[in-house]
Amino acid sequence: MNGTLKRASVACLLMFALLMININYVQAVKADGLRNDARNKRSFYARYESERGMITAGGQTLAKSVDVGGKFRFARKYTNGKMYAPVIGFFAPESAQGIEGFENDYLDGSHPDLFVRRTVDLITNKPNRGAAVDLTLVPKAQEVAYRALERSGKRGAVVALDPKTGAILTMVSVPSFDPNTMAAPDKAKAVEVYNKLVDNPNKPLLNRAIETTFAPGSTFKVITSAAYLSEDDSRDVNTTVDAPDVLPLPGTTIGLRNYHGESCGGRATLLDALTISCNTAFANMALEMGYDKLKEQAAKFGIGTGMNIPLRVVPSDIGKDEGKAALVQTSIGQRSNQMTPLQMAMVAAAVGNQGKVMKPYLVNKILSPDGDEIDSARPEELDEAITQDVADELRQMMVSVVENGTGSAAKLPGVTVAGKTGTAETAKGAASHAWFISFAPAEDPKVAVAVFVESGSAGNDATGGAVAAPIAHDVMQAVLEK
Amino acid sequence: MSAVDVAAVPTTAKRRGAQLVMLAFAVAIVMVAYANVGLGLNDQVPAGMLTYGLGLGVLMLAAYLVLAKFAPWADPLLLPLVTLVNGLGLVMIYRIEQSAPKLASASTQLFWTGLGIVMFSVTLLVLRDHRVLQRLTYTAGFTGMALLILPLVPGLGKEINGARIWVGVGGFSIQPGEFAKLALVVFFAGYLVAKRDVLALAGRRLLFIDLPRARDLGPVLITWILSVGVLVLEKDLGTSLLLFGAFVAMLYIATQRTSWVLIGITLFLSGAFAAGLLFDHVKARFDVWLDPADPALFDKVGGSAQLMEGLFGMGSGGVLGTGLGQGHPDLIPLSFSDFIFTATGEELGLTGLMALLMVYGLIVQRGLRTAVAARDPFSKLLAGGISFILAWQVFIIVGGVTNLIPLTGLVTPFMSQGGSALLANWILIALLVRMSDAARRPPPQAIQDEGLTQVFQR
Repeated sequence: MNGTLKRASVACLLMFALLMININYVQAVKADGLRNDARNKRSFYARYESERGMITAGGQTLAKSVDVGGKFRFARKYTNGKMYAPVIGFFAPESAQGIEGFENDYLDGSHPDLFVRRTVDLITNKPNRGAAVDLTLVPKAQEVAYRALERSGKRGAVVALDPKTGAILTMVSVPSFDPNTMAAPDKAKAVEVYNKLVDNPNKPLLNRAIETTFAPGSTFKVITSAAYLSEDDSRDVNTTVDAPDVLPLPGTTIGLRNYHGESCGGRATLLDALTISCNTAFANMALEMGYDKLKEQAAKFGIGTGMNIPLRVVPSDIGKDEGKAALVQTSIGQRSNQMTPLQMAMVAAAVGNQGKVMKPYLVNKILSPDGDEIDSARPEELDEAITQDVADELRQMMVSVVENGTGSAAKLPGVTVAGKTGTAETAKGAASHAWFISFAPAEDPKVAVAVFVESGSAGNDATGGAVAAPIAHDVMQAVLEK
Repeated sequence: MSAVDVAAVPTTAKRRGAQLVMLAFAVAIVMVAYANVGLGLNDQVPAGMLTYGLGLGVLMLAAYLVLAKFAPWADPLLLPLVTLVNGLGLVMIYRIEQSAPKLASASTQLFWTGLGIVMFSVTLLVLRDHRVLQRLTYTAGFTGMALLILPLVPGLGKEINGARIWVGVGGFSIQPGEFAKLALVVFFAGYLVAKRDVLALAGRRLLFIDLPRARDLGPVLITWILSVGVLVLEKDLGTSLLLFGAFVAMLYIATQRTSWVLIGITLFLSGAFAAGLLFDHVKARFDVWLDPADPALFDKVGGSAQLMEGLFGMGSGGVLGTGLGQGHPDLIPLSFSDFIFTATGEELGLTGLMALLMVYGLIVQRGLRTAVAARDPFSKLLAGGISFILAWQVFIIVGGVTNLIPLTGLVTPFMSQGGSALLANWILIALLVRMSDAARRPPPQAIQDEGLTQVFQR
């Protein structure tokens, strides 16, 4: 029987060989597919198994993972959640938004840059730790902006930039939400909270600074001015244009008036036109230049291009060429002229930065769990929107707006502020959007701000000067005193 | 006075010292694994580590002493290898208990392990010569069949998890099938040794196959009917596949005729095919086997979810595993019994499973080695059959949970939680140890007594 016993041994050997080949196939070849299968609940647990990196800004911890032990070992905690939620987003059982989503591979440690560290941790049997993301936000300014908007009970957004680098110093959207409510490893609860937020008519999940556009109103006159000054070198702040009390809109029976029907005295210098925000003067400028010139200038400021900061920014747009009447409205920031608050902050920043538009960014540094720098932001120039001369002239005009005109609420003691108000009609008879864009100190700007207060939320009489400028004032002060 | 030429008699070394060292090593691995579970789960060495580790150590020392005294020539590898697998099973059950305390119980399993080792020792003590089993051939046969049918007795049998393979005794549930397996292997060995000549030689040759005589086909048919019966009435696909496969393999070993294997496979496949057509639960297993990832099957009750959970666990473990205590074996249904192999795969990875299969392979190999070395046909067949049934069982259950073959419920020998299987398997190993002792014992030596008489000393 030894012969058959030996053959039976070979059969046993083959059976074990088959088993071994098969487990190699399952655990090595098919492993990734099985690991990442949506039905594999382990990925859900895994989200809470590694120590996710912190999100910090200006030395403050905005989001961190706390070891609570048990099945879901690390719980995500947000300090001042509402204040930072539009930027940071949230980390929920099955989704992540904002910085939590866009920088997820750094935060959860899966980024290729962290490979060596991850391997060392694996060998030394340490739990996987993610990298920390340090944001460019200035906590003090962020808080001032959030509190000012929240206190007034208005919907709106505030964006502050460092004009020279493009670093985003403040990004607030109100109303906001508390990301802590979705952080617990409870899918059903997170979905319930999320659905409630989606159904809320005030849209707390919407980041008004970058995810939606609004008519910019008179703040757009800065762009119209820039185009007008750039078109002809001989023009300067003292160049005069026609500024009638009523400008008949070409091809229609209605006329364009100034705000509240005020008069600009028939003819005004560019300086005066911007200072008192004279609609008819800018309408005439636009009619003289034509749509394409305006469009071209707008594009140089970045209008029309989407960006990742790394959050996705929807492109702003001055609208299509729809004839002269439409062009007139576009030139004063009405009609289908739609801007994100971030875009308007970029316009102010570019004027302050001698015409150079910097690419805005939110992430300052990526730090390893041990505090080593893995990556840091490199400021990038997006475009040169205007020449230095035009920038100087615009600066002069915007300083005048704050010193002598509609933006006086933004004055800062001992600092020259340049700004522009905006009050955008949204529909006939409906309340207006209130805007204010500014930068300070005017000679050597450290901060550029765009404040936006949404229509209807500020009452019918809202103007950029009365509603938005004071908030910009507080934010600039907070950044400069930092 | 002249120098006497003493012929050098080749003897096998007993290797009891090496065995003790290996045994200690196996227990040490298990204790380290316990520590690992605690460290992985709670960052501290578990309180139960000494209880379980020392408990296992003391039990193994007792088994070792019995073996050294009553089967001194036995294969030194068998006990340490089995100890390692049994210990690893205990660790996995302990680990699963930490996450799913209602299902798994390591202390119960340790109790059964203890009882298993007692049975191992008792078997060695009582059964000084395994050849007496040959005389019990038909007794064993009837006992085996009776045990197999026992769960079908109304009032006695219980259906758990869809298979009617349990018998309630007092508060306990035992699986008589595990002991039936043992009795039937003894029966097969005895029967085949008696009938092997007639099974091997009589018959006609048709084409390339030597066909046996119809009346010699009887036992094959009876076993086939029994297997299919078990499959149909108890819904126990695993046991039916196990018994039939073991019988065919032993038939082949005994008769040296390939035709038996072909006939056996043909009968089994036709039986399985018919069952697939007739019974939904058999067909469902085939569907799941062919495409377990199919979402429709995944969501179905009794569909592929269980199999996929096991595969998800193995996939998540990958090559190195998550580490003991750091995976989620509690997500796999029956991770403490049928699916303990995949739970191990999740936490110890491909590396751990390869090592585990290696250990199983070594046990089987040592058993077959014993069969080859055995001196009488009955021992050869019994040792070969026992070894094959172990390998076959590992193949069926491991192949099943890793989707190599259709899934049929069986215990993973020495690992799965469950007393009946553990007791039966320890007795199985005792038989192997007993036979290896006989096989390795130096042959009786002829003593020349002044050239007149020859006395054999045993």
